[in-house]
Amino acid sequence: MDQTISLTFWVTGIVFVAVNLFVVFCIVRFRQKKGSRAAYEPENTKLEWWLVGLTTLAIASMLTPGLFVWANFVNVPQDAAIVEAVGKQWHWSYRFPGQDGKLGTTDAKYINDQNPFGINPSDPNGKDDILISHPDLHLPIGKPVKVLLRSVDVLHNFAVPQFRAKMDLVPGTLTYIWLTPTREGAFDLLCNELCGVGHYVMRGKVVVQPEAEFTTWLNSFPTYAQTQLEQKGDLQLGKASYAVCAACHGAQAEGNQALNAPKLNGQGEWYLRRQLQNYKIGARGTHDLDVFGKMMAPMAATLPDAAAITNVSAYINSLPDTRAPAMVKGNAGKGKDLFNATCSVCHGATGMGVQATNGPRLQAMNDWYLVTQLNNFKKGIRGNNPKDMHGPQMSNVAAFLNDDQIINDLVAYINTLR
Amino acid sequence: MDHASHDASDYAPPNELGEMELYHPKTFLGKYVWSQDAKVIAIQYSITAIAIGIVALVLSWLMRLQLGFPNTFTFINPSNYLQFVTLHGMIMVVYLLTALFLGGFGNYLIPLMVGARDMVFPYLNMLSFWIYLFAVLLLCASFFVPGGPTGSGWTLYPPQAILEGTPGSREGIILMLLSLMCFIVGFTMGGLNYVVTILQARTRGMTMMRLPLTIWGIFTATILALLAFPALFVSALMMLLDLCLGTSFFMPAIVSLGRPGEHVGGNPLLFQHLFWFFGHPEVYIVALPAFGIVSDLISVHARKNIFGYRMMVWAIVIIGGLSFIVWAHHMYVSGMNPYFGFFFATTTLIIAIPTALKVYNWVLTLWRGNIQLTIPMLFALGFMFAFIHGGLTGLFLGNVTVSVPLSDTMFVVAHFHMVMAVAPIMVVFGAIYHWYPKMTGRLLNVKMGKIHFWVTFLGTYAIYLPMHYLGFLGVPRRYFAIEGTSFIPDSVQYLNATITMAALIVGVFQAIFLYNLVWSYFRGEPSGDNPWKATTLEWQTEHTPPIHGNFGESLPPVYRWAYDFSVPGVKEDFIPQNVAPKDVVYENTPTTPHGTRAS
Repeated sequence: MDQTISLTFWVTGIVFVAVNLFVVFCIVRFRQKKGSRAAYEPENTKLEWWLVGLTTLAIASMLTPGLFVWANFVNVPQDAAIVEAVGKQWHWSYRFPGQDGKLGTTDAKYINDQNPFGINPSDPNGKDDILISHPDLHLPIGKPVKVLLRSVDVLHNFAVPQFRAKMDLVPGTLTYIWLTPTREGAFDLLCNELCGVGHYVMRGKVVVQPEAEFTTWLNSFPTYAQTQLEQKGDLQLGKASYAVCAACHGAQAEGNQALNAPKLNGQGEWYLRRQLQNYKIGARGTHDLDVFGKMMAPMAATLPDAAAITNVSAYINSLPDTRAPAMVKGNAGKGKDLFNATCSVCHGATGMGVQATNGPRLQAMNDWYLVTQLNNFKKGIRGNNPKDMHGPQMSNVAAFLNDDQIINDLVAYINTLR
Repeated sequence: MDHASHDASDYAPPNELGEMELYHPKTFLGKYVWSQDAKVIAIQYSITAIAIGIVALVLSWLMRLQLGFPNTFTFINPSNYLQFVTLHGMIMVVYLLTALFLGGFGNYLIPLMVGARDMVFPYLNMLSFWIYLFAVLLLCASFFVPGGPTGSGWTLYPPQAILEGTPGSREGIILMLLSLMCFIVGFTMGGLNYVVTILQARTRGMTMMRLPLTIWGIFTATILALLAFPALFVSALMMLLDLCLGTSFFMPAIVSLGRPGEHVGGNPLLFQHLFWFFGHPEVYIVALPAFGIVSDLISVHARKNIFGYRMMVWAIVIIGGLSFIVWAHHMYVSGMNPYFGFFFATTTLIIAIPTALKVYNWVLTLWRGNIQLTIPMLFALGFMFAFIHGGLTGLFLGNVTVSVPLSDTMFVVAHFHMVMAVAPIMVVFGAIYHWYPKMTGRLLNVKMGKIHFWVTFLGTYAIYLPMHYLGFLGVPRRYFAIEGTSFIPDSVQYLNATITMAALIVGVFQAIFLYNLVWSYFRGEPSGDNPWKATTLEWQTEHTPPIHGNFGESLPPVYRWAYDFSVPGVKEDFIPQNVAPKDVVYENTPTTPHGTRAS
């Protein structure tokens, strides 16, 4: 592939220099001078056919290797492993076939928050599919792999520049690329087909590593069957855990500005679970300038395991939804235009939050907290930790909120949402 | 007898069709507003196209401000950025370039160059302009509807174009699609005029192979337009039906932003095939008139016949024909059947051959010419540099494997701007400097022209040359910001800033051109009827600017091809097409006091 690119570069480069030099030569040599007169030669068929012939040769010299490489590109080796990359606005996720080596069938009608991959519940092949619901894909080095590409909504494109291969994801069909990774490292994955306002922040990583490490990574994820078995949280146990949190966040999880603890009631369970998990593993709350986040991290550590996190999140979610008082001053009219143009797509038209787009609820939450978080995202204080799977997207998005006024306007508008 | 001339003959066959009856308006409105005179219509098209083009130029500045200085301007956000991108592209390709080349230059030059009094369907011609204007107004209206104009990219791909998540996915896209459909109706009316006039209304002696290449370019482009625009028309209609009536031509079953969609069974690739079946010929609809015009500019200003006229005509026709079987090179990574890649890469690289031939012939026209470095010649040379560059980068993108890593990167943006924007715009400017004297009787100011040329030529190179490098690095297109990757070096930011500065400077300097157009109208040097000593019929009219009906009492007969420059033994270095061999003045011919040949 790279050789064909180089060949094309040299052939076109030589032609470019030669023809341009000839043009410059003609301009200088045949410039109008006193008494000069042009020649009269309507055509020179022989010369023209020679030029056509030489050009055809040059073109063929580039096309031929190009087509051979393309044949290689199109034909997948028999022993290639399979992985599916699922694209949706604006996130990547992945599915491995599991023990049986077969991916379960999927359909748009099965997609919901509990089954974001849309796996057919009655297909036995799907039960052991390993689901990775975040944007980082790992691959074992040196092994050919066919990446099946599936979109659940609009056109996307799976592109890792270092891989050279890329292909659109087309909803309603399955496309693919194949590759054999030959270099260890972490490579940026970018969406390369305009898919809406979040196109430029639809990012991921492909990590190429030795097989043993890859297997360890793969086994740390649940299968589809396991995700369907996840227990609902135990409210009694959650209430007991919550006692610790109430000291800062309030008995009804209504929040306490003086203690910098935001309102939690009304927030989506999935989001509470994720943030607690992030604090626990150090994906959030470790940045030097994240003053309040650093206070939260040890609190999350008091939750011993995933079950505890699930329980306390379920309990918080069961508390009545209060309305936070509005404190931030801003121009809600200007904020409205901006919100509707850019934020509503992930966070919902009324800011209620959309799990499918990983956008938490903003409406009726603490506005001072929103301001802090937007600033933290913007400055990379939040969202830039390598263990943070979904934060980098928001950090990239917040970057365009380039002054305090804009943030205040936005939050002032969010305050008006019902 | 001038045996030296290519195809001159004293005989011009009789007029077969007889005189065309023209409608002669009496009122100001009839003459300058509801005019059926192709020359007035041409100016109406041109002014409208340039006006909307300036809007698109400003949109490009807004895009570049964001790319060059990210996160600095509070009025640019990820949503309206996409709207700028989309409208900039659509306006430039369709509403500026197509309208200007076919509606503007086509209307002005076709009747004059073929020796006709006007287009064959003048009323339809008039209607075509007003429908075009209506299409432009519909497009502008999309700025004022809720949600604003569509932000789906000029390619308008479904499903995203009509789904929430993309700006303007309701009213905005509806107006865009309606505007395009209107445009196509108007251009079909115009297109019929251009084709039939060229085929049927040529003056006596003007065979097809004596037509100037400008006409061949516009003629072939018009045929392409008549055949290709319907594909866009139906795809726009189908998308409207999907959006408004719930049909599922392009919409499969999806779940978008957490909500299940209403459609089932459609295929987004169908739209892409239809769109690009139009879209590829569209780029030749823009390029072929440019090729034709630049051939004439080089020929006149180098005082030398265009080299290889016959091959040039064949090349235009073959490029036109082949342009219908290369469209899926825009879809190499679309997810279409990968085996199509073999076919389309082959046809695409084949189309490079007649295109290269044209480049060689332009260059060989300069060889042993007598090059006058007039402003039109400077722009023609600028076209050549830009087109050689852009055409060669097309070879990267046409070759399917090489195209894959470069698809959807700034390399593509750099390539298509070079071939679609820089090169044709060079021709547009050159053509305006060339034909302005015919339209107004005055020459455009040369000093201002030189500044305009050099800033535009060097500036556009400064914009697009570095962009190729960005594409090779992997910088994607249509990205609001490129922060947060590990493989793009920080120095890219400096490149982006430089490109932006160049773009802003080039943009601002176009004011000199606009000022020149107005200033020279009142204070420009009077040009006379044929300041460039050109051979084609538009320069042989009795009045400058030509009156309604173009030529005087009788239409000029044609005795030779359009390129008798520097014919050996002839006193003048050009022989107009309507001068018979018996009237040519040789260097050793005795002349009457009037300067004609003494018999």
